[in-house]
Amino acid sequence: MAKKENKSLEIPKQEVIKVDEMERTRSRHCYIPKTDIYETEDEIILVADVPGADQDSVDIALEKNILSINAFVETDVPASYDRIYSEYEGGDYQRSFRLSDEINQNNIKAVVSNGELRLHLPKAEPAKAKKIKVKAA
Amino acid sequence: MVSKFRVPARWREMDQLQREMNRLFEGSSVKHTSGSHKYPAINLWANEEGQIIKAEMPGIKADDININVTSDTLTISGSRTHDKAVENTRYHRQERGYGSFTRTLQLPFMIDTGSVEATFKNGVLDIRLQRAESDKPKKIAVKSE
Repeated sequence: MAKKENKSLEIPKQEVIKVDEMERTRSRHCYIPKTDIYETEDEIILVADVPGADQDSVDIALEKNILSINAFVETDVPASYDRIYSEYEGGDYQRSFRLSDEINQNNIKAVVSNGELRLHLPKAEPAKAKKIKVKAA
Repeated sequence: MVSKFRVPARWREMDQLQREMNRLFEGSSVKHTSGSHKYPAINLWANEEGQIIKAEMPGIKADDININVTSDTLTISGSRTHDKAVENTRYHRQERGYGSFTRTLQLPFMIDTGSVEATFKNGVLDIRLQRAESDKPKKIAVKSE
């Protein structure tokens, strides 16, 4: 029964095949970080799994409407040990999203903790839903 | 045109090559099993003194991870929780998994359960196990008479 519950946790890492027709110069594995995106009343929140990356190794760029996330992960291989069993490979992360115009691009906040990147993308003022009061005549 | 008589010789070469390749792969004891979808995925390193287990568990707090050891098994369990649902939340994309997990590993040798160290950094769990003193290979001196 417990097995059924965490089935969604078991999806293996997915490797980047080609990003924007651009090829990579680093000879490392590169993965697409699994990402949740959800929207609240004031902001859009993007949460991405980047295990191994910290705040210094995550690089976020916003050019025009393209938000790109790059994380460079240095995998430390234990010295004087032999790897005897392996289920995952360490590597970088790369992913881009096209943002809609309704994001206030000057107020984006990014936090990395426990290998999880959390981006807060505040909505621009006009995009917020306006509530119109109906007055009784 | 390949002469009929040369083919067997080439096959022998091919056979030789294949045997060498097989030996090469058999010799490397690293098993890649990306097909097994157990959570968390682990990597295991070992030497004569002990072993290191690493697991990627992003988005989980160190307090939410439980590690239990016996002399030859190790169990990692915990859970990853959803973000608190705020009112009027609308999901655009949900790729990350949530829920509780338990994984038990059979260790290749007996360990000293008193000296297990575990650290959790940037979503990567690192467990260091020391091989039990009684389980270490002993060198036996051969006496000459």
